[in-house]
Amino acid sequence: MRKVRESVPSLVVIVLLLAIWWVIVVRTESVIFPTPWQVVSGALGLVEDGSLWMHIGSSLFRVGTGFLLAVLFAVPLGLWMGWVSGAYRTFNPLFQILRPISPIAWIPIAILWFGVGNASPIFLIFISSVFPMIVQTTAGVHTIERRYLRAAQNFGVSRARLFRQVVIPAVLPQIVVGMRIGLGVAWLVVVAAEMIALRSGLGFMIMDSRNAGNRYDLVIAGMIIIGLIGLLLDGGMRLLEGHRLVRWRYAH
Amino acid sequence: MRTKIEVDRIRKGFGAGGGRLPVVDGVDFSVGDGEFVAIVGPSGCGKSTLMNMVAGFLCPDEGSIRIDGVDHGGPDPRGILITQHGSVFPWLTVQENLMFGLNGLPLAEKRGIADHYAGIVGLSGFERRYPHELSGGMLKRAEIARALAVKPDILYMDEPLSALDALMSLRIRNELLRILAEERHTVMLITHDVEEAIHLADRIMVLSPRPARIQATYEVAIPHPRKLTSPQAQELRAAVLRELGVVE
Repeated sequence: MRKVRESVPSLVVIVLLLAIWWVIVVRTESVIFPTPWQVVSGALGLVEDGSLWMHIGSSLFRVGTGFLLAVLFAVPLGLWMGWVSGAYRTFNPLFQILRPISPIAWIPIAILWFGVGNASPIFLIFISSVFPMIVQTTAGVHTIERRYLRAAQNFGVSRARLFRQVVIPAVLPQIVVGMRIGLGVAWLVVVAAEMIALRSGLGFMIMDSRNAGNRYDLVIAGMIIIGLIGLLLDGGMRLLEGHRLVRWRYAH
Repeated sequence: MRTKIEVDRIRKGFGAGGGRLPVVDGVDFSVGDGEFVAIVGPSGCGKSTLMNMVAGFLCPDEGSIRIDGVDHGGPDPRGILITQHGSVFPWLTVQENLMFGLNGLPLAEKRGIADHYAGIVGLSGFERRYPHELSGGMLKRAEIARALAVKPDILYMDEPLSALDALMSLRIRNELLRILAEERHTVMLITHDVEEAIHLADRIMVLSPRPARIQATYEVAIPHPRKLTSPQAQELRAAVLRELGVVE
């Protein structure tokens, strides 16, 4: 009940914005910019012919694949770089240079290397989400409190046990944070990447709707759907933060 | 009594070159097997540095430390360090923490040992809880139980009870004495609490302000259970405090 009451102000803002939008469009008698209702009915049209699900599915598939590859690459690498200072000194400068390059800047190279199939956006998603996850994982290892490592040393456990029972669980919360950031960036990038080429995906849908007859109702519908799916993805990652294995980090 | 720990004129300084700050300056003592020795000193006097060296986490610049007559080769499960801030792993349950140091045993046996020691420190029923679900006193008990579970020869305790309130500290002191009466570990305790030292120890060494040297040694010849209000204990307390430069 309290949750419902707390979400009232944000809902009021959204409703207010929709109302202002509606009034302005009606008042200015715009022929191109749609009213909220036109957006909804446009979106319903896409639902009926099934193309909306196809676009969402394509985008999610690309994000899922690229993100998963990034996790598989970043987590072991981050753990290694965090643990072995030689690896950190060797690779960290390189990643610090690559990290600030916007994934959008990689688009021409992606097209050159991978063409305009699925591989290009998957590569871009990989590039965009891998660096934040490497950085978070490495930082996670570096911030393990010394007293825990000393205790492990004191009990004389094997290296394998040390990793399984101390290092990895200690870093897991940071890995989850990195994954949340990585997935957020990945979703941001897939849409941008799909705007360039391809024949499916929410980014393609937006560009295609504009190019094929100024269907701004579908452009805005696409934007809102992207926002909502992004929210759901982030919500899913938040659920991970509540998992038994990382909850200790947030409980106080 | 056989000698367990032999500390031979150890020195330690921090910082490089001419500005080197001596922290421990020629400390010399030995601890017998099964003896409980308390080291008392003003804060910042180098107590923890001394403890870290004896427990094997830090190498002395000069001098030597021998355990059972053998040079100390670094920390190992024969001597477990318990510190003020504790090191119970927050991501493991109480039971998993207690099983942590038990290497090479079948799982069922590890569980049995863990539950036995959980019982000894009064944590029965909390085996599956996570540390963040426990109070400060329970957490300290878990840490003591985890140390006892590996049957160490020596317990190194560096201000183990300082983060607890007075009542909880007293309670755990009593439990510790009860456990030690059964399991007879050698204990080296570092504390700034003179009463704690008198309550627990067989012998009290007073350290000087930095650089740490042993300034005085007192045998605590009061039989257990000790009453801190007894004239003998009060007299000893006054003597130790005087040695520390505190006059009441």
